[in-house]
Amino acid sequence: MAAGVATWLPFARAAAVGWLPLAQQPLPPAPGVKASRGDEVLVVNVSGRRFETWKNTLDRYPDTLLGSSEKEFFYDADSGEYFFDRDPDMFRHVLNFYRTGRLHCPRQECIQAFDEELAFYGLVPELVGDCCLEEYRDRKKENAERLAEDEEAEQAGDGPTLPAGSSLRQRLWRAFENPHTSTAALVFYYVTGFFIAVSVIANVVETIPCRGPTRQPPREQPCGDRFPLAFFCMDTACVLIFTGEYLLRLFAAPSRCRFLRSVMSLIDVVAILPYYIGLFMPKNEDVSGAFVTLRVFRVFRIFKFSRHSQGLRILGYTLKSCASELGFLLFSLTMAIIIFATVMFYAEKGTNKTNFTSIPAAFWYTIVTMTTLGYGDMVPSTIAGKIFGSICSLSGVLVIALPVPVIVSNFSRIYHQNQRADKRRAQQKVRLARIRLAKSGTTNAFLQYKQNGSLEDSGGGEEQALCVRNRSAFEQQHHHLLHCLEKTTCHEFTDELTFSEALGAVSLGSRTSRSTSVCSQPVGAGSLLSSCCPRRAKRRAIRLANSTASVSRGSMQELDTLAGLRRSPAPQSRSSLNAKPHDSLDLTCDSRDFVAAIISIPTPPANTPDESQPSSPGGGGGGGASSTLRNSSLGTPCLLPETVKISSL
Amino acid sequence: MNLEGLEMIAVLIVIVLFVKILEQFGLIEAGLEDSVEDELEMATVRHRPEALELLEAQSKFTKKELQILYRGFKNECPSGVVNEDTFKEIYSQFFPQGDSTTYAHFLFNAFDTDHNGAVSFEDFIKGLSILLRGTVQEKLNWAFNLYDINKDGYITKEEMLDIMKAIYDMMGKCTYPVLKEDAPRQHVETFFQKMDKNKDGVVTIDEFIESCQKDENIMRSMQLFENVI
Repeated sequence: MAAGVATWLPFARAAAVGWLPLAQQPLPPAPGVKASRGDEVLVVNVSGRRFETWKNTLDRYPDTLLGSSEKEFFYDADSGEYFFDRDPDMFRHVLNFYRTGRLHCPRQECIQAFDEELAFYGLVPELVGDCCLEEYRDRKKENAERLAEDEEAEQAGDGPTLPAGSSLRQRLWRAFENPHTSTAALVFYYVTGFFIAVSVIANVVETIPCRGPTRQPPREQPCGDRFPLAFFCMDTACVLIFTGEYLLRLFAAPSRCRFLRSVMSLIDVVAILPYYIGLFMPKNEDVSGAFVTLRVFRVFRIFKFSRHSQGLRILGYTLKSCASELGFLLFSLTMAIIIFATVMFYAEKGTNKTNFTSIPAAFWYTIVTMTTLGYGDMVPSTIAGKIFGSICSLSGVLVIALPVPVIVSNFSRIYHQNQRADKRRAQQKVRLARIRLAKSGTTNAFLQYKQNGSLEDSGGGEEQALCVRNRSAFEQQHHHLLHCLEKTTCHEFTDELTFSEALGAVSLGSRTSRSTSVCSQPVGAGSLLSSCCPRRAKRRAIRLANSTASVSRGSMQELDTLAGLRRSPAPQSRSSLNAKPHDSLDLTCDSRDFVAAIISIPTPPANTPDESQPSSPGGGGGGGASSTLRNSSLGTPCLLPETVKISSL
Repeated sequence: MNLEGLEMIAVLIVIVLFVKILEQFGLIEAGLEDSVEDELEMATVRHRPEALELLEAQSKFTKKELQILYRGFKNECPSGVVNEDTFKEIYSQFFPQGDSTTYAHFLFNAFDTDHNGAVSFEDFIKGLSILLRGTVQEKLNWAFNLYDINKDGYITKEEMLDIMKAIYDMMGKCTYPVLKEDAPRQHVETFFQKMDKNKDGVVTIDEFIESCQKDENIMRSMQLFENVI
C-alpha cells in the first residue's frame, strides 16, 4: 500500500459509521488492537550519525529492512538504538524516502554505491521517483555497458593465459584471433595482409591502359588484357591463400555456425567466390557480362583489412551503432529529394530542351544541389526554378548537418572505450601479478605460522607468545582451518620453490615411500574428521613430526646433493626420523651444531627474498637451511659449496 | 561493361535503403525493440529472514550471536540469499592455493536443504546450529548428508571419491609430499575399510554413525569448532 494510505485508515474506519443504519446484518467485531504505546521515536545510528524518526514513518513500508522485523537484528540493547555500519550520507536519502514517499538519486555519488545501499535496505530500484528516474536509469545503463565491455575485452584478450592442455583447434583459433601470441601467427598475419594488398593493387592496375609495344594507332588496352596470364596467376595465388585461410578459420572456430554468420567470414566468401564462379563459367558471350559484374565484388577484399586495422573496426562499430541516426538522415534526405525534385520538374516543365525530363531525372539535380556539390550538368533556367533551386541548396545544408554531431559523439565514445580496453590489457599483467602476490602472501603467512608453531615445543615461550600475538584472531583461525585441511589430506602446503625442488628430487625416487610412512603415523584410521588437531599430547607429536618432516626435507636435499650417497632406508618410526639428521651429518661436521642450525631453519620464508643471495631466490627448507648455515658460525667450508649447489637446484 | 548486372545491383541497393528507411519509422517491424521492462527485470531475489525471536527459538544461538551472524551475512549478500556462485567465491578466498569450487558446490548443496538454489539466512542458521551446537548424532548426520551427494541414504564409493577429489583439489599443486594421482582413491579405500561393516560397497547412516562413535579421534575432535562464534 502506498505511503499516506495508512494514515488515512482511521478516517475511513470512522466514516464507516455511515453504514451502520443501512447494514442488514450485525457488523463484525473490531480486531483487538495491541496495547498502543503511542507513537515513539526511534533512534537509528548510522556510523555515528544519529537519525531520529517516528516508528510510524518506518512502518509505512513493511517490506523493507527498516519497516520490518529485520531491523531487530541490528538493535543494540545497551544503547537502545539501531546501529548500522553503512554510509550516513546515503542513508539520508533512504530515510527521506520513508518520510516523503519519493526516493531521490544523489547526483554526485557513484551509482553503484547507491544501488548497493538500496539493496541493503531492501528498497527496489523501481521506487526511484520520477524526477530522478531517467537519470538513474541512464547512469546505470552506462555503467553496466561499460562493465560488460570491459569484461568482454578481458575475456577476449585472454590470449596468453590459455590452459596448457588445449587442443590444436583452440590453439589455432587463438593464433588467428590474437596474432601477437606466437611468431607463426604473426608471420601468417603479415603474409595474409601482404596478399590482400597485392590482390587489391592487381585489381586496380588491371584496368590501367598500357601502351602496347606495337606503335600502330596507339591501341590503349587495359593492362589486364595485355598480360592476362600474369594477372591470372597473381589472382590464383591470392585466392588460394584466401581460401586456405578461410578453411583454416572454419576448422578452428569454436562455434562454426556463429562463425559462418559473422560479418568477416561473409566478406571472405564474397571476396573469393567470383574467382571460382569465373573458373566454372562457360566462356560464351551472354554470361560473360554477368561474369564481369562479379569481378566488381573482388573489391570487397579490401574489407579483409579490417582484421588488420583497428581503426577500420572502430569505424565499422560506429556506423553500426549510429544506425538509427543514419536512418533518420536518409529518411529526411529522401523526403526532401522527392519534394524538391517534383517542384523543380514542374517549374522547368515549360522550357524546351530542358534536362529535367522526368521527376526521377530531377532527383540527380536535387541530390547534387542538396549536398552542395553543384556539378552544373543540370541547371534550372526559369526564374521559379532558380528560386526553388536556391531554397533546395539551403535546406540541404541544414538537413545534413543535423545528425552529424550524434554520429561524432558515438565515434568518440567507441574510440575512448577502445583506448580504455587497450590500457586495461596493458595493466593486466600488473593486476595478475598483484593477485598472485596476494595469494602467495596468504600462503607464506600460513607457512610461517606452521614453522612458528614448531618452535612452541623447542623454543622459548616468550618468542612464541610474541609471534602469536602478532597475528590477528582472523589469521589464527584461518591458519587453523588450513592446518585442519592438511591433516585431513595428509599433505602439507608448501610454496612454489620448495615444491619444484621436491618435484625434482622425487624423480630420484627415494622419497615416496618415506613420505607415505611419515603421513600414516598420526592419521591412524584415515577418516576425515579425526585428523584435525587431536589432544595436546598428540598435537605435540604431530608438530614434531611436522618439524622433522621439514627437517628431513632439508636434510634430504643436503643428502642428495652431498654426492648422493647414503640412501638411508625408509624409516618406519618417528624416532628413526629424528635420528636421520644425525646420520647424515656425521659426514661432515659436528652433528649437534648442525641439528641446532636446522631446527632454527624456520627463518620465515618471507624474509629470504630480502637476503641478498644472488643464486637462491628463497623459499622453504632448502633456502632457509642454506641461509642459516651461512649465518651460523659453524665454520664448515666443506658445506658451503654444497649449499650453493642446493640453491642452484 | 554489362549494364544490366550493375543496374540490377543498383536497384537492389535502392530497395534495401528504402526498406531501412521504412524500418526507421516503425512501418516495418524488422527487429525486436528492447523493452523497457527487460532493463528493470534485474529481479534480485530479495528475502527477509524470520523474526529474531523465532530464529532464536528454532536454533541454539543466543540473540547476540544471531545478530552478529546476520550482520556478517547481510554485508556479504544484501539481497538476503546466497547463490552458488557467490558462495564459491567466498569459499575460494579461504583456500587460495587450490581450487575449492567443487567442494564449495557440495557444501552449498548440504546447506541448501530445500534445494531451491539459494541459501537464505534461515538455511544458514539451521546448518550452523547443527554444526556448532548440535549433538554428536546431529553432527554426524550432517556429515553423512554432505557425503551423500544424491541424498539416497547410501554413500557409494563413487560419491566418496568425488568428495575426496574435491577436498584434495583444495590443496592445490604445491604440496609436500607431492600429490599423487591415486591419493584420493587410496584414502577412499581406507575410509571404506573402516566404515563399511558388512562390506556391501555402500555405507549407510547407521554404519557411519556406529563406526564414528567407536573412533576416539573423531569423537574427541567433535568439540573442536565450538568456539567459532
